[in-house]
Amino acid sequence: MSLRSPLGRVLGLGTAKDGTSHWWGQRVTAVALLFLGLWFAFVLAITPDFSHAAVLALIGRPINSILLLLLVASLAYHSYLGIQVVIEDYIHSPGIKVVTLLVSRFAHILLAVAAVFAILKIGLNA
Amino acid sequence: MSNHDRPLSPHLSIYRWPITMVLSILHRITGIALSLGFVVLVAWLFDAASGVEAYGVFLSVMDTLIGKLVLVGFSFAFFFHLSNGARHLFWDSGRGFEKEQANRSSWLVLAMTVALTAVFWWVAS
Repeated sequence: MSLRSPLGRVLGLGTAKDGTSHWWGQRVTAVALLFLGLWFAFVLAITPDFSHAAVLALIGRPINSILLLLLVASLAYHSYLGIQVVIEDYIHSPGIKVVTLLVSRFAHILLAVAAVFAILKIGLNA
Repeated sequence: MSNHDRPLSPHLSIYRWPITMVLSILHRITGIALSLGFVVLVAWLFDAASGVEAYGVFLSVMDTLIGKLVLVGFSFAFFFHLSNGARHLFWDSGRGFEKEQANRSSWLVLAMTVALTAVFWWVAS
């Protein structure tokens, strides 16, 4: 006999109300970042010139703009999930925990939007 | 029955850290460090988009000794977190959990990290 309520069984949610979505999101972005991260490291390593004009040309190349957009989106989400676990592990006071999680979420969204805007501005001007 | 002279475990002052524990802690520390690295990445993109003056400030900060050390640190943290993250994905398949396997893959991750960091800066310079 299952002790789960019919509603709980239908929704398929765990005690944290989000099932495996946190774990799964961390893994999916990890796989994406494995490729995007190595690509970005490779591009940085072979770029000889980091002057302003050279960097605008680099970021503005369509393939680089697209992969950079994917990189910052995956990175922001992966980082948010990771920092969330750290906060939940070490901050036990419920009030401070909620505020810290909120600050982390807003900071990650701000960084992601700033990065996307910057890449688009450079990419669409190039 | 007295049990006062039984060993305490882990007795932190004489406890030899297993290599797997060192890597687990490093994974979290480098993860936090890379979240700060994300801020630097966004600053790079944002300053580049803002114009030549803002970008000049970014470059001059990164061109200091501390800036260069921070970049080397980020590259090390990145390649460590990437290598150990790949190990985590491998673990997700349910394999590699035997003690000897986990110890061996720990050293493999450290070797990969040093190699990738060295190749990165060798190509970059």
